[in-house]
Amino acid sequence: MNRNIIYFDNAATSWPKPPETVTAIQNYLLNIGGSPGRSGHRLSIEAARLVFDTREKLVQLFNVSDPLRIILTRNATEGLNIAIFGFLKPGDHVITSGMEHNSVMRPLRAMEARGVDITVVPCAIDGMIDPGDIVKAIKENTKAIYMTNASNVTGTVMPVSDIGRIAREHGLVLCVDAAQTAGCYPLDVEEMNIDLLAFTGHKALFGPSGTGGLYIREGLEKRIEPICVGGTGSRSEMEEQPDFMPDCFEAGTPNTVGIVGLRAGIEFILDKGVAHIKDKEEKLMNLFIEGISDLPRVKLYGQKSVKQRTPAVSFNIDGMDSANVSLELDEKFGIMSRSGLHCAPAAHKTIGTYPTGTVRFSFSYFNTEEQIIASIEALKKISK
Amino acid sequence: MNPKPQYSVMLFKAVSYVLKAEKILKKEGLPHKIIPVPKYISSDCGICIRFEPAMQDKIEAALANKVEIEETRTLDN
Repeated sequence: MNRNIIYFDNAATSWPKPPETVTAIQNYLLNIGGSPGRSGHRLSIEAARLVFDTREKLVQLFNVSDPLRIILTRNATEGLNIAIFGFLKPGDHVITSGMEHNSVMRPLRAMEARGVDITVVPCAIDGMIDPGDIVKAIKENTKAIYMTNASNVTGTVMPVSDIGRIAREHGLVLCVDAAQTAGCYPLDVEEMNIDLLAFTGHKALFGPSGTGGLYIREGLEKRIEPICVGGTGSRSEMEEQPDFMPDCFEAGTPNTVGIVGLRAGIEFILDKGVAHIKDKEEKLMNLFIEGISDLPRVKLYGQKSVKQRTPAVSFNIDGMDSANVSLELDEKFGIMSRSGLHCAPAAHKTIGTYPTGTVRFSFSYFNTEEQIIASIEALKKISK
Repeated sequence: MNPKPQYSVMLFKAVSYVLKAEKILKKEGLPHKIIPVPKYISSDCGICIRFEPAMQDKIEAALANKVEIEETRTLDN
C-alpha cells in the first residue's frame, strides 16, 4: 500500500478497505471457490453460507426483520433500476428531489419517456429538501417517492424519517438511495418507513466494487418485475423465473468473491459501530471545514453543520477550474479528489455549480488528522 | 427382523431458505445435515436438510413461522 497517498475519494469508492475484507476475499479464492446455491458439495454450501451470512449482517445494520428481504446486486444503481423499471408503469406519478445522483435520475427520465409523470422537488442551495414541498407535490396518481438519503455532492443528509411518515400517511412507496449512507450513517428501515433501500458495497460498507443490494419490504416484491431473469439454482424444472425472494431478483451466478469481501466489511462496521465511525468522520470533516473556511479564494458548498451530513465536502477555488485543482492536488501533493459533476447534474444545478462542478473531498474512517492538515496546507498553497 | 433404517429430508424453495433453517437448527442444537436433494425426489439442483425421522416434530416446531417448508419426506436408507 502506498502510504504517501492521501485518498479523499471515498464517496466514489472507499480505500483502503479493512484488512479483513482483503483476507476474506483471499480465503474465498484460495480455500472455498464454489458456486453458492448451485451444487450440493461442501464448498458450494460453504459459499452459500457466506452469502446468506452477508444478508444476515445487512439486516442487522438496517434493522430488517428477515435476511430473505435483501437481494444482492452489483451496486446501488442496479438496485435502483429494479426499484424503478420493475415497479413503475405508464400513467404513474412519482416524486424525487433536486439533489439526485444519475443512478436515480436517469432511470426516472427513462421511465418519463415511457409515460411516467415525474415531479422534481427543488432543494435549497445547501441541498436540503423541505418535506412540506413533497406533500405539495403529491397527486392522485402518485405511486412513490424516490430519493437520496444523502447527497454525494454536498453530503447533505435528507430528512428521510419525515418523508417516510409522509409516504406512509399518503400510501406511497418510499425508495431510498443509501449509496452515501449505508455503513457510515444510522439506517433503520422500520423507524424511517423505508420500503425499498438501495445500497452499494464499495463505499462506506468497505466491500469491493461490484457488490450492493436492495431491501424490499415484505409483499412489495409481488408488485415488482425482475429486470434480469435466468438461472437461480432453485426450481430448476421450471422455465419461468421463480416468484419468491430473493431468487426472483437474483438470476445468474452472483459475485461471490465480492460478497464475501462485503461480508467482512460489514462485520468490521458492526464491530466498530456506525456511531463510532460517524463520530470519527465528523471530526475529520470538521477539522477540514474549519481549516479551509478562512481561505479567501475558497468557496464551500453544503450545510455549515457537520451534524447532518456525510463526510463529502464540495468546494471551489475562485478563478480555477475544478479539474485543474484536482490535478494539482494529485500531482503535487498526492491527494486524490474528484472534480466535476460527480454524476449528479441535478445536485450541481441546485447548489449553483452547474456545469463547471466542484472539487470534492470525501473522507473515511481510515483517514487521519495528519492527512486533513496536510490537505489544508496544500489548498493554502494552491489558492495563494 | 429390524425395520429398514430410515431418514427424513426436508425440502425448501431455495438454498437461502435451507441456510436460514440451518442457522435456526444449529442454534437450537437439533442434529441435521445438509445434502443435495435426492434426484428421485426432485429434479431440482438444490440442497435439502437430512435428519433422523424421530426429530421431525422438534425440527418442524423450531422452524414454524420462521422458514417456509416445502415438504418433508421419510426415505429408506
